[in-house]
Amino acid sequence: MAERVANREGIKGMANPTRYGLERVAYWLQRISGLGLLAYLIGHIYETSTILNGKIAWNNMLSLTETPGGHLVLVLVIGMCVFHTGNGIRLMISEGGKGVGKPGQPEYPYRASSLNSKQRLCIWVSIALAALAMMYGAGVLFGD
Amino acid sequence: MRESIIMKIHYGTALGAVALVAVHILMRLSQKFSDSLQYQNVLANYHFLPYALMLEVILVLLSVHGFNGLRVILLELKQGATYERAINYGSIAAMAILIAYGSRTILMAGMGIS
Amino acid sequence: MAAITASREEKPEPTKQTPPPAPAVESAPKTITLRISRSNPSENSAAKFDEFQIPVQKWTTVLEAILHVKQNLDHSVAVRYSCRQASCGSCGMKINGRPRLACYTKVSELDSNVITVEPMSNFPIIRDLAVDFKQLFSTHKKMKPFIINEGSEVQPGAKEFIQTPNDLEKFLQFSYCIKCGLCNSACPTMATDKSFIGPQGLAQAYRYTADNRDEGKKGRLKIVDQSHGIWRCHFAGSCSNVCPKGVDPAMAIQLLRGYLLGFRK
Ligand code: HEM
Ligand code: HEM
Ligand code: SF4
Ligand code: FES
Repeated sequence: MAERVANREGIKGMANPTRYGLERVAYWLQRISGLGLLAYLIGHIYETSTILNGKIAWNNMLSLTETPGGHLVLVLVIGMCVFHTGNGIRLMISEGGKGVGKPGQPEYPYRASSLNSKQRLCIWVSIALAALAMMYGAGVLFGD
Repeated sequence: MRESIIMKIHYGTALGAVALVAVHILMRLSQKFSDSLQYQNVLANYHFLPYALMLEVILVLLSVHGFNGLRVILLELKQGATYERAINYGSIAAMAILIAYGSRTILMAGMGIS
Repeated sequence: MAAITASREEKPEPTKQTPPPAPAVESAPKTITLRISRSNPSENSAAKFDEFQIPVQKWTTVLEAILHVKQNLDHSVAVRYSCRQASCGSCGMKINGRPRLACYTKVSELDSNVITVEPMSNFPIIRDLAVDFKQLFSTHKKMKPFIINEGSEVQPGAKEFIQTPNDLEKFLQFSYCIKCGLCNSACPTMATDKSFIGPQGLAQAYRYTADNRDEGKKGRLKIVDQSHGIWRCHFAGSCSNVCPKGVDPAMAIQLLRGYLLGFRK
């Protein structure tokens, strides 16, 4: 028989947060923020290593980040950090089987009890805390 | 290593990092933000042993957590014995390199070689 | 008999609130456009859409619309179905972009005059709307989907297992899985990971593990605890979002993972 195409959705499908509700958005944000933070961490460790080359090198590096663009990156990092942490805590609890509802007789229209309002609240709170932290951070960074 | 052990490490490193990263970022706010990044202040931070130790712990926890997270994503993207072996060992190598590079900063700045 | 007569007598007179019979115009057929994805990988033909105008009633299901095409317009459309009542799990497909059972989805609930049907994602296409379930079934079998218990052989003197309603509730909803594969086609990990067990299989591993007649927990935990096993679930919940039977595979997976993380015994 001729070869069959697997018809998998691929990266485009995996990274499409516009379907299947808020939980899928949270999944997407957790991935993006995890990768963003990893990139930041690597850059950050390179950045701090310039302190070994004395004050001039350190200040050169600092002046690179003390631009509107650099501040924007920092604000984003703060947001990613807060969301990833908040949602990460939700995930650690849920993936241990806590707060995902209790098995029972499903009733029409079969709303899944693992996609419950507590979960959604935690996701929204993580998003809101990230937004607040970003606003506060922007105030500090762009304020002075 | 069994996958459950790896993922327990993933969760454990995350848990440990929560508090420490909060301290690290809040340090920036204990004084005027731009002051906190002044050369002298940062160097003083590195000389302060408990804080330097904390930085080292953050460094280890997050290198492990972050590169394992990347490993997970890459394992899900493509399969195959050779590829997966490369990803598994590659991420361990990446952790080791990042930790070594960061520790060099902490160690040398801490001992005042700069 | 007596009870039945009594209830007949007690039946209240129809009150004023009883809605009048629906006016005839409401059930008058309307016409929709059905777009069917056509492809035949064995002939390397690229997918294209064929469009058909179909008369539908308020109660017409997408499967019936497709069968209308087969009976009247183009008999070569490939589609798999059997029970027409959401029990056999044969007719899963992507309907207006979302995995659904064609027999369980009414045209009227889609709120659109254009209905697009495509084969489910993440399954190899056989032809048109029919997809290949080989991997789903073989993965399902690897989960040991049966009660493992030394004492379960029928022998002289063997007694039945007594389960309380509580014992039953621990796994009942997961046993409603009809293996339709909708969950696997919505899962983000499944979109790229061809070795992943998938929500269907993982939920079934939990269904048997949570059954107090079963003694196969250790073995099943070992099967799901591998690099393309349970840890590749990130609780995106898409499986439970599309499951037509209320199985809630995402819940089953997290409960199963609870054993591995030591949160549950
Ligand atoms: C400090 C608080 C943090 C917590 C509580 C936390 C928690 C988590 C959790 C629970 C997961 C697994 C999510 C899942 O099952 O899909 C995860 C994934 C991940 N984390 Fe973190 N994390 C933290 C910080 C970080 C940092 C600072 C980085 C970057 C260096 C990072 C990088 C990643 C990556 C790359 C992933 C993989 C994402 C994925 O698989 O979707 N995390 N984190
Ligand atoms: C608002 C954002 C941040 C600023 C301004 C900042 C600033 C600094 C500074 C000045 C140092 C040098 C030591 C000190 O004075 O504390 C440092 C070290 C460090 N930071 Fe951050 N940081 C930020 C966020 C983060 C985040 C989110 C992480 C975790 C992903 C992180 C991880 C580290 C690590 C591991 C070190 C030690 C690096 C080394 O010496 O090798 N930082 N940071
Ligand atoms: S868990 Fe639900 S969506 Fe998945 S195969 Fe079973 S019935 Fe279908
Ligand atoms: S035809 Fe059996 S589930 Fe739809």
